[in-house]
Amino acid sequence: MSTKNNNWEYAASIEGTGHIQLKEKYGLYINGAWVEPQSKAYFSSINPHNEEHLADVAQANDKDIDRAVKAAEKAHREVWSKTTPAERGKYIFRIARLMQEQAKELAVIESLDSGKPIREARDIDIPLACNHFFYYAGWADKLDYAFPNQKKESIGVAGQIIPWNFPLLMAAWKIAPALATGNTVVLKPAETTSLTALKLAEIIDAAGLPPGVVNIVTGFGDTGAAIVAHPMVSKVAFTGSTAVGKLIQKTIAGTDKKATLELGGKSANIIFDDAPLDQAVEGIINGIFFNQGHVCCAGSRLFVQENIADKVIRKLKHRMQSLQIGNPLDKNTDIGAINSADQLEIINKYIEIGRKEGSEFFQVDCALPNKGYYCPPTLFINVAQSSVLAQEEIFGPVLTIQTFRTVDEVIQKANNSPYGLAAGVWTDKGSKIFNLTSKLKAGVVWANTYNKFDPASPFGGYKESGFGREGGLHGLGAYLK
Amino acid sequence: MNRLEVLKTYKIFIGGKFPRTESGRFYKALNANNEPVANICLSSRKDVRNAVQTARKAQGAWQERTAFNRGQILYRIAEILEGRSAQFVEELMLQSFTKKEATVEVESAIDRIVYYAGWCDKFNQVSSTVNPVSSSHFNFSTNESIGLVGVLMPATSSLLDLISYVMPIIAGGNSCVLVASEKLPLTAITFAEVLNTSDVPGGVVNILTGSVEELWSPLSAHMDVNALFIDKASRFRKDIQLAAVDNLKRVREMSADLKTENGQGLAFITAFQELKTTWHPIEKIGGASSSY
Repeated sequence: MSTKNNNWEYAASIEGTGHIQLKEKYGLYINGAWVEPQSKAYFSSINPHNEEHLADVAQANDKDIDRAVKAAEKAHREVWSKTTPAERGKYIFRIARLMQEQAKELAVIESLDSGKPIREARDIDIPLACNHFFYYAGWADKLDYAFPNQKKESIGVAGQIIPWNFPLLMAAWKIAPALATGNTVVLKPAETTSLTALKLAEIIDAAGLPPGVVNIVTGFGDTGAAIVAHPMVSKVAFTGSTAVGKLIQKTIAGTDKKATLELGGKSANIIFDDAPLDQAVEGIINGIFFNQGHVCCAGSRLFVQENIADKVIRKLKHRMQSLQIGNPLDKNTDIGAINSADQLEIINKYIEIGRKEGSEFFQVDCALPNKGYYCPPTLFINVAQSSVLAQEEIFGPVLTIQTFRTVDEVIQKANNSPYGLAAGVWTDKGSKIFNLTSKLKAGVVWANTYNKFDPASPFGGYKESGFGREGGLHGLGAYLK
Repeated sequence: MNRLEVLKTYKIFIGGKFPRTESGRFYKALNANNEPVANICLSSRKDVRNAVQTARKAQGAWQERTAFNRGQILYRIAEILEGRSAQFVEELMLQSFTKKEATVEVESAIDRIVYYAGWCDKFNQVSSTVNPVSSSHFNFSTNESIGLVGVLMPATSSLLDLISYVMPIIAGGNSCVLVASEKLPLTAITFAEVLNTSDVPGGVVNILTGSVEELWSPLSAHMDVNALFIDKASRFRKDIQLAAVDNLKRVREMSADLKTENGQGLAFITAFQELKTTWHPIEKIGGASSSY
């Protein structure tokens, strides 16, 4: 079969950027005001598609964090904990509505700043982020129904550190439940994707939230470390790598800080011979290539039943040829830019390891933009269970394929990982689905679907994928004591 | 003529058997007057590893028992303990409890077991959810056992404490490896005899005696232990938390007053559960609606 991408040339359909409002320079949003960082330092947020500068963002140091945390502590003590739950809810509803009004602008900025396709930002990230606020707003005055007889109360200041793969959505996952449960917030977005969090600060400001209830601070790892270590932060919520999650656990050992960690994954996507194969192939594509594979729950380990492996791989390669790779702002684009030069280097390092290890390699043969950070969709076929590629999280558009014969075998192989975030199962047989879903050690299991998210649905992992849940009723528990 | 009393040899409890510590070491348990009351096994880290291995093997089958069956087995523990309560009262008195204190201790322990027996097939009903997602999927979240739990009992804890730590763990389908109270270890081992005659499968609860100072480390650092249950006031708290980081063990801390109703509850069970969310598509075909 030809590997040339001949027949899928679409006319470009570039989303306009004329309507977005970005400042040249963003300070820190602390105590309801935009302030200069005490460090006086700013860093550039760039567009990974063309490496062009988008805006300057403040780099917060220890003193800035101290200021933000103290503002949040005072706001919790004097204002937010005394605001009635129903009123708290109304503020959150208001934030949700303002976000919906600005959804298009948020989607375009998200795509520019993160490299994700505008189609995903517009149809997935931003609506889910708005809905998350809307969902949790309604919980604020109903907590006694969620935890009967448990006399729960807010914890205090939540220090929240989020990753660059779903910038605004992760901010929503963190802030909405924290506010609904009566906590105040100091949130730090990832250094490569600060802009939508800063736009959210503008929205929160416009919503009239009391000063200090939400503080948004920007910076690098040391800024995050200062939040975690601050004695007045009584709750740490982190989404990111397992290595940093473990560092946080070490930092807070011996203290009374509560933590939730949503960390890495190496999730299994399992295809049985009785699965609807065309749907399953779509599921595999969505499982690993959604958001360039920058998804903690990506279905990065594919297990195909041996007797259909050739057919599935053939269909998969064929489908991969039709993926549109390029300008994230093009509405036809399926796969956008890798988020940063650093991440591209990590992915390429893994691809190199895989090629040296010698498993069968397949990469879509397509033209990539001349500038920016791009990686074509990649397969490694017949990968050994012991391979680095099958064990470590790559966080890019790289799929490993293994085969299996029996149900028991695939359960063992799928569970043979220090991670346990998600899993997918494809079969037409309901009883088989529930046999697998009950035995796979993973916090989220998708049957005949993959990478679905919803504010009402709890998300989070087993084992070294972290602990605590975000979303749904159970997501409230992480912010109550 | 006086009959010579047959004294009891206190051993440890691993996999439903009563071996001595592999190390062959012992220490003397003392009463309040510092008089020795028994020789107790001074367990080693090898004993910890053996216990973890057997607890791991037992866990899956215990989790797969029906919740109703686990409830019956827990209730059976209470029945057997009730039948042997005089022995426990006596043993507590040997460790310097007054008769009244000992009686209250044993009775409260029995009642707490019954309390958790009743939870086995109910906790998942009150802590699970069906989630109304905005796409065409049936989506639900249920609890699953966290796996293997390491338990470090406070030095001066006794029977009621042990029950309060262990019952919520096993009610939820987990297995455990427990290091008994260093100062008051007698009832822990005698309680193992109760477990062993209550249809609790071997390996679900494993009880070691010895020095917490020696055993906290191998237990907290063991890569096949999923969670730890410790006393919040433990002087090893920070060390335990640090040792637990490598495989991200969930460290749960007990700070409730176990003599009161605060010492029991749903939250102690769900603390040792993982939440699993399952998505399943709902087919939408044709135009039929669910209205009449």
